[in-house]
Amino acid sequence: MLYFILKKLAQVIPTLLGLSVLIFLMIHMVPGDPAEMMLGERANENSLRELRHQLGLDQPLYVQYGKFMGRLVQGDLGRALRTNEKITKEIKEHFPATLELSMVAIIIAIVLGMLAGIISATKQYSIFDYGSMLLSLVGVSMPIFWLGLVLMIIFSIKLAWLPLSGRLSYDIVLEPITNLYLVDSLLQGNWAAFKDALWHIIMPAITLSTVPMAIIARMTRSSMLEVLRQDYIRTAKAKGLAPRIIHYKHALRNALIPVVTIIGLQFSILLGGAILTETIFAWPGIGSWLLNAVYARDFNAVQGGTMLIALVFVLINVLVDITYAWINPRIKV
Amino acid sequence: MSCTQTANTTTDASCKSRSPLAEALLRLHKNRTALVGLIIVAVFAFLAIFGHWIAPHDPLEQSLYTKLKPPFWMPKAADGFLLGTDDFGRDLLSRIIYGARISMLVGVVSVSISLVIGTISGAIAGFYRGWVDILIMRVMDILLAIPSILLAIVIVAFLGPSLQNAMIAIGVVSIPRYARIVRGSVLEEYSKDYVQAARALGASDTRLIFLHILPNCLAPLIVQTTLGFASAILEAAALSFLGLGAQPPTPEWGAMLAGGRALILRAWWVVTFPGIMILLAVLGFNLLGDGLRDALDPRLRD
Repeated sequence: MLYFILKKLAQVIPTLLGLSVLIFLMIHMVPGDPAEMMLGERANENSLRELRHQLGLDQPLYVQYGKFMGRLVQGDLGRALRTNEKITKEIKEHFPATLELSMVAIIIAIVLGMLAGIISATKQYSIFDYGSMLLSLVGVSMPIFWLGLVLMIIFSIKLAWLPLSGRLSYDIVLEPITNLYLVDSLLQGNWAAFKDALWHIIMPAITLSTVPMAIIARMTRSSMLEVLRQDYIRTAKAKGLAPRIIHYKHALRNALIPVVTIIGLQFSILLGGAILTETIFAWPGIGSWLLNAVYARDFNAVQGGTMLIALVFVLINVLVDITYAWINPRIKV
Repeated sequence: MSCTQTANTTTDASCKSRSPLAEALLRLHKNRTALVGLIIVAVFAFLAIFGHWIAPHDPLEQSLYTKLKPPFWMPKAADGFLLGTDDFGRDLLSRIIYGARISMLVGVVSVSISLVIGTISGAIAGFYRGWVDILIMRVMDILLAIPSILLAIVIVAFLGPSLQNAMIAIGVVSIPRYARIVRGSVLEEYSKDYVQAARALGASDTRLIFLHILPNCLAPLIVQTTLGFASAILEAAALSFLGLGAQPPTPEWGAMLAGGRALILRAWWVVTFPGIMILLAVLGFNLLGDGLRDALDPRLRD
């Protein structure tokens, strides 16, 4: 197992190196002069020169890359040009919001998606089966930025049940510990804050969970159906076991193996979806932070942010591979 | 489809004469959901090509007098504006019809980019193997290491926001999907006898790849292309919604949603209809792609 983990980690190194080259070179994709792009047409020669120097654009390419890598391995991503804050610090501030949103979304997606998949498989060709599979087809085709707006119209504007946007109401005070508001309010026993945070997270989390939920439901159904056709299930039936025990004790365990892989792959969709969801609901996470950097032409922050997100993403994929090997002993470790 | 497996030995005339294409079409016809997908896609293609004849108004024509009129079934609806108007008094129906043209264009251009580059690089990697293979597939791994919508956003951020750059970005991020499919198929086909026979006859590498091997990898490519249309339309709408793709006043569905965001308190229809169009178009291509996979992939045949 240790060898397997080390091998997986070693495979990641060339990818990360290539990624750093790609992200480093991106600033040279900017048509014309990046400094001019960032400062606008009316910038004077001095400030342009200053910015070029700050970006290192006045040096040869290999020197630039060397410096970029040198800082990178020390965990220094440079400073955001808009705020002059360290990029790592800004990301650290915005990360908990995205983490909390993604976690709630993936929990919703796993619980509802697997439930729908299991019921569809055990009651194949029933109304429920057709209905939930149709819904999941719609779910994978859903433009979530639109779904978010529609939910807002229905639940915030027409029915006035849920708050329109943000993470917490202005009149609620919450001492930050982990900056995951749901966790913090629970730790402090602050029920008013917990309820407020929960009410705020419902719509964005449901929006973000749509696509993963649909994928998990489809995968659970097909995997469960495949397992239910196998001989040991027939044996269990012949033994006279109750269908519930066959489905949940015998079939589900084996059916879950491919589902776990699919769940791991959802992080890509979650990270991408977070950008859209956070923008719609004014959720102060990494996604909206990165997008604001894009709007402000803060290329430093875009480079740094992308590099860090890619790093997290690659490591999550390694973790998924390891989990997969761990729950499925049939994989050669 | 028991006659498929026994087609070589059976004497049944109806089975014997069926070409692989006819076989696939027949299976597609039997698959209801795929048929629904095909119909949706055909309708959108029709709108894209003949939209200028169908649309009742110019999608860019503004009028202060018809500002924010609701759809026809609501009170205060204006004559001649079936689905109402936006905040510039532009006819919503005409705009979403013209939107079909833009979304189809996005699909064609970005899928072509990823299909051509992906196929060629995948074929080269699978055919020559060795360090060429390692190099190409490493680059693909790197592209896959970033969530695709994020990579597209970053590419557009550096190239500058426009529909053209959005199409390039979406094309680039999907290259690995095609490269992986083609590489896998080429690796599988390469060792087969017919390839070696063609080589013995003196066929050049290009001839071998494009005339002999690639036609045998077509099925998964067709499926991926169809599904690729769905994701290209969705991603382009997302980029335009974020202000990084099509710019106003272009009648692009995602850009229309972005414009309507500020109006959700007053005019729900401005954000509702473009979204339904995106959903239907993407759903149509997804249904068709799933159906094609069932029809073309011999491994899934019952």
